[in-house]
Amino acid sequence: MMEEPVSTGHNAAIDVQKLFRGLKRVPHNLIEALRRVQSYYGYLPPEGIKQAAEYVDVPFSQAYSVATFYHQYSLEPVGKYRIYVCMGTACHLRGNNLNYEYIRMLLGLKENQKTTDDGMFSLEVSRCYGCCGLAPVVVIEKPDGSRMIIGNANMAKIKAAINKCRRMG
Amino acid sequence: MEWTLLDKCCEKCWHSLDNPCPDYIECRLNGPLCHSDEKCKSLRKKRIEEIKYGIHGAKIRIPMSSCTLASGAENLYNTVKEYVENNGLKITLDITGCFGLDFLDPWIEFSMKDMPPAIYTNVKPRDIPRLIKEYFEEHDVSNAFALPYKTGKAKGEEEVPLLDELDIWKKQYKWVSRNCGFVNPESIEEYVLSGGYKGFNHALKMKPEEVIEEILRSGLRGRGGAGFPTGLKWKITGQQKDSPKYVVANADEGDPGAFMNRLLAESDPFRIIEGLTIAGYAIGASNGYIFVRAEKPLMASRLKKAVEEARRYGLLGSNILGSGFSFDIEVILSAGAFVCGEETALLAAIEGKRAWPRQRPPYPAQRGLWGKPTLINNVETLAHVATIMAFGADRFSSVGTEKTKGTKMFCVAGSVKRPGVYEVPIGVSIRYLVEELAGGVTDGKTIKAVQIGGPSGGCIPAEKLDLPLDYETLQGAGAIMGSGGIVVIDNENCMVDVAKFFLTFTSAESCGKCYPCRIGLKVLWDILDKITRGKGTEEDLDVLKQLANTIKNASLCALGGTAPNPVLSTLRDFRDEYEAHIKKRECPAGVCRALIAYTIDEDKCKACGICSRNCPTNAISKTDNDKYQIDLDKCIKCGTCFSICPSQAIIKIRDPRNVRV
Repeated sequence: MMEEPVSTGHNAAIDVQKLFRGLKRVPHNLIEALRRVQSYYGYLPPEGIKQAAEYVDVPFSQAYSVATFYHQYSLEPVGKYRIYVCMGTACHLRGNNLNYEYIRMLLGLKENQKTTDDGMFSLEVSRCYGCCGLAPVVVIEKPDGSRMIIGNANMAKIKAAINKCRRMG
Repeated sequence: MEWTLLDKCCEKCWHSLDNPCPDYIECRLNGPLCHSDEKCKSLRKKRIEEIKYGIHGAKIRIPMSSCTLASGAENLYNTVKEYVENNGLKITLDITGCFGLDFLDPWIEFSMKDMPPAIYTNVKPRDIPRLIKEYFEEHDVSNAFALPYKTGKAKGEEEVPLLDELDIWKKQYKWVSRNCGFVNPESIEEYVLSGGYKGFNHALKMKPEEVIEEILRSGLRGRGGAGFPTGLKWKITGQQKDSPKYVVANADEGDPGAFMNRLLAESDPFRIIEGLTIAGYAIGASNGYIFVRAEKPLMASRLKKAVEEARRYGLLGSNILGSGFSFDIEVILSAGAFVCGEETALLAAIEGKRAWPRQRPPYPAQRGLWGKPTLINNVETLAHVATIMAFGADRFSSVGTEKTKGTKMFCVAGSVKRPGVYEVPIGVSIRYLVEELAGGVTDGKTIKAVQIGGPSGGCIPAEKLDLPLDYETLQGAGAIMGSGGIVVIDNENCMVDVAKFFLTFTSAESCGKCYPCRIGLKVLWDILDKITRGKGTEEDLDVLKQLANTIKNASLCALGGTAPNPVLSTLRDFRDEYEAHIKKRECPAGVCRALIAYTIDEDKCKACGICSRNCPTNAISKTDNDKYQIDLDKCIKCGTCFSICPSQAIIKIRDPRNVRV
């Protein structure tokens, strides 16, 4: 069940223009529209999904069904830095699950907790990045959308990267 | 913007986007053709030199692709840039794609007029000043890893091997990956200079049916996994009466362990664009789509840039090269769903819907995107198309097997010394790829099996490594060629755990539309999980097999139809491992956490205390005789101590609490 849209305090009317610049208002752009909404809010709030749906002219139900289907969309707020631990075959065989648990410990995440209390980091597993020759791989997505790919990841490299993110704030 | 090879040489050139010249490509390389002017000719020649050696006659190229970036190429690029600027050096800095040889990353290439280009590997930023000095000032290449060719004019040339002399190079057959690591993937003029758009040019001079005939004659089969004859697919789609028609490039490379499409799109994106354009011409489509996997955004941005460049120079758009053929391409980045690799799901995703597959027939060739005839090809297939049209079907089909012609890019990862992408003729043995090219299993381990074809494939035991890599043989051995990902599994990996890993993947990625897949895979996973916890029974093995076969037969699409393969193939070839988990509650490889325990070998323990300090649950304490011990009840078996101990004193044993009374 969907709850009533909650306002996030953004001025929707102005943002939409900027957000969807250059995007044709056709239904097949829904996936891209939702991606832009997510990069703007950091996640997909109901009103953001609504904006995307209206822009590309599809019913809210379709936009919501798409938003809940693809795993890069998040309906909950995520951390400023999104940490992905690759769970591809080579990464699994080379023990990336140990790195995963190490990061949980380092960030102090409790069971079923995905995002740190201060909202700085969230931890997710992801599918193969195609850097299998450098397995195990950990990827940190920065607030500007750029990615830091850590190849042959080990505890020392991960710790250094997380500290770097903390310093950048 | 500086003058490029693709621009007009002078006002006599009448080519424009509105009135395109049919000899455009040929003219740019050997022109001008419509007028004779030595000035124009030398202008083009000068530019070709510039592309090779930069405007100052000296050039550094750094590979920028996901794998090299993961090993620090960006840092390297910035270091070189800073060094060159701070020292006022007249050296052009450029990017390139990647060779696909991950163990060399990050590498760097220096080139200079009259000098042989030199490739340095595993370069660290601190090496840069020394290497630049050696190459550009002292003309010394003796520390290079390899040279693409020699000139006899540099110091130390004889000590360094040619690229072609190295096993990793000469044992490959570089056909479709020929440009990877050699051209700037963001520069259309470099692509054209390397022979790009020759194939398209050739195709435009033929009738669409003749192009289809040429592809049929080449014997090319889909490189995405199923191996359907490409020419036949084109013919069927071309014959449909309905219009408009669409062409789609499937770049949703989702198999974990497969990254040949990423490498190709990041290193040589124009080849894919060219292939897709030829496909559009052949079947009579005016719109193409490239659907890229969410986890590989660099692939999408390179392809997007390539499309823009091709548009800018009239190689996409209306009346391309004056042929009357109009075509445009849109690149779409997925939001993440493995099932998008299935063609009907992919079409739904392009339409902006949930990626739900549907029943076939009707096949996409009959009713695809928006209900219209649609041709879907894998990106590697399309890159082959461009190469075949440039060099001819005969050269392509001169290698390969009776049933499958040509080459295929394979990715070798896991427990090997030289992981990477290797292109070989179809039909070489798995052993050739794993041992001759990838350097064999990592030191100190033995090879147990290879997993081929990702989650849809199967495991082939070590004793069958001499099987040839072709569609039919692999299918007969219970695996599939799939996209060509090969992961080497060693003696320290547990086959039950591997099967469970794939089921974790496929059950999470099941789209949920049909229940053999949605529920069946979950139940399969539950049983495997039970076995890895030492709680399995012998009946479970029968249930596994029966259920796996049911899922295979009853699922709607190939995801469910192939997801049980890892279970079935491990059950068949590694039944003893399953039985050890069930009967002895033991994981022979020491992987399944519920069945192992860690203990400290007192003879080896040097009492340094590193394990104790790093233990997340404080389960390691000092004993009375100044050694350390692990409290099994506190231990969560995370393995930190095991990997951190400098004297290998921590050993894995069977969990004593698991022994049946």
